[in-house]
Amino acid sequence: MEDTEKFDVIIVGAGPAGTTAAYVLAKAGLEVLLVERGSYPGAKNVFGGILYTPVLNRLIPNFWEEAPVERQIKGIKIFLISEKNAVSIGVESEEHNQPPYNNSFTVYRSKFDSWYAHKAQEAGAMLITNTIVDDLLWDGGKVVGVKARGEEGDVYADVVILADGVNSLLSKKAGLRKELKPRQVSLGMKEVIELPREVIEERFHLTGNEGIELKYMAGDATKGIWGGGNIYTNLETISVVTWMSVEPLMASRYKASELMEHFKEHPFVRNYIKGGKTIEYQAHLAPDGGYDFTPKYCANGLLITGDAARFLNASIHYEGTNFAMASGEAAAKAVIEAKKKGDYSEKGLCSYQKLLNESFVMKDLKRYRKLNRFAEANPEFFDGYFNAITQMAVDYFIVNELPKRQQEFRMLKSFRSNLRRCHANTPDERYRHNRVTRAFSRICPLIRFLWQCLKGGISFI
Amino acid sequence: MNIDDKLALNLFHVDKDPHIRVDQEICRRCPHQLCTYVCPVENYTVDGDNNNVVFSWEGCLECGTCRIVCDQGAIAWDYPRGGCGVSYRF
Repeated sequence: MEDTEKFDVIIVGAGPAGTTAAYVLAKAGLEVLLVERGSYPGAKNVFGGILYTPVLNRLIPNFWEEAPVERQIKGIKIFLISEKNAVSIGVESEEHNQPPYNNSFTVYRSKFDSWYAHKAQEAGAMLITNTIVDDLLWDGGKVVGVKARGEEGDVYADVVILADGVNSLLSKKAGLRKELKPRQVSLGMKEVIELPREVIEERFHLTGNEGIELKYMAGDATKGIWGGGNIYTNLETISVVTWMSVEPLMASRYKASELMEHFKEHPFVRNYIKGGKTIEYQAHLAPDGGYDFTPKYCANGLLITGDAARFLNASIHYEGTNFAMASGEAAAKAVIEAKKKGDYSEKGLCSYQKLLNESFVMKDLKRYRKLNRFAEANPEFFDGYFNAITQMAVDYFIVNELPKRQQEFRMLKSFRSNLRRCHANTPDERYRHNRVTRAFSRICPLIRFLWQCLKGGISFI
Repeated sequence: MNIDDKLALNLFHVDKDPHIRVDQEICRRCPHQLCTYVCPVENYTVDGDNNNVVFSWEGCLECGTCRIVCDQGAIAWDYPRGGCGVSYRF
């Protein structure tokens, strides 16, 4: 590549955020370079399992007709599990089998990201793979290009868009964010497990290209660590995921890899996986606690998008890909506007912030901002409470010779004592709560439980 | 299923130079050696006899957890050369 060559925009990372930006910019006629460190787009990318596509479907209407999607997700089944008990609730709709399929599809990232980057190429963007960007090039206080490792060398542009993922070494080097803390990330591990198509369809009650998501909330799925497990159905494989917040994982002293095995062998999980053959093992970090930890995502000649800017809704919805695409599109629009004005300074690019604030990205991040803190402050919520709730549900349906009213009384009594056990006088409890709260929760454990559920519900759902 | 069997399923283009460098001297004195718990591929293991942290980088999935967990400054973490490291097929 010639040293003198200059692009309008260089985008680092060909994931959903970077490729969306590249696609929109190339469509608008700008000269775009998309740089990817993997051998192909998607080679380094991991997600839980569902691609959320409201933005994509607006950019490329009916994209599913040509994109390599696996199954449309028609519903979700949520499990609370303890060691021996489980409570589940399912939500499904036949409507989700019709376009736009509730904008949820399972995909293989290697195939989908490659296809998507190819669409950006068709629109006129230039894609180079196998290339890692080591640093940004600065001129005064403005970013003017990137420094690639190896033969590509220095490449110049008016604007650089960082879509380099959760670890984003580049935004750290640029001084736009501090080093990540364990409480700001979750570690996800995933196994892709092969099963015959008929077995998957029979086991998960699916026909045709329907798919379903099973979501296990914390509890015994992660041995009480704030996190969870998931199973997603692809056409001829299932993706089994365990994820957990890194700080409580560190405190627990469990081995991450053993927690993955624990989840797979759990009585309420293993039957879904039975007979399957693992064909790939993946691991990745995800940004947690979005809003309060977002870096400065707009600077002179620089925009940050997707996971790199920590745009991920880590609530019960756990959406990331649509946040990535929405932020990529917003960044592209901001650059197009800046080009019209000929001003690529932070001020010239500030419409990025405005577009994000107006979209679901910032609104949702703001709405769920308390979740991370809640999870940290109330670890019993994801462990002891789940035990108590599932035990109560099992007690309710128990069959014995007691009259039902007496059985219900017994159920409530054991629920109460289970709650009291969660509020036991441990050093941790003493550290987190004052004497009055502790005394109160021994006398009325139910009130504290309901109060916690209310707080948790507001921050989580 | 142990971790070596899982890693044997993945496609790697192993670079000749490690992309992560670990200062063994710091690790030996580390009070928690948490990297040995959180690494999803168990690339860090404790050599019981002399409390050394043994590190291998070939099976690294480039997740970055060790980088975040290490508060002792023992890990110099970078991405592997373009095209090297793990290539996910799914």
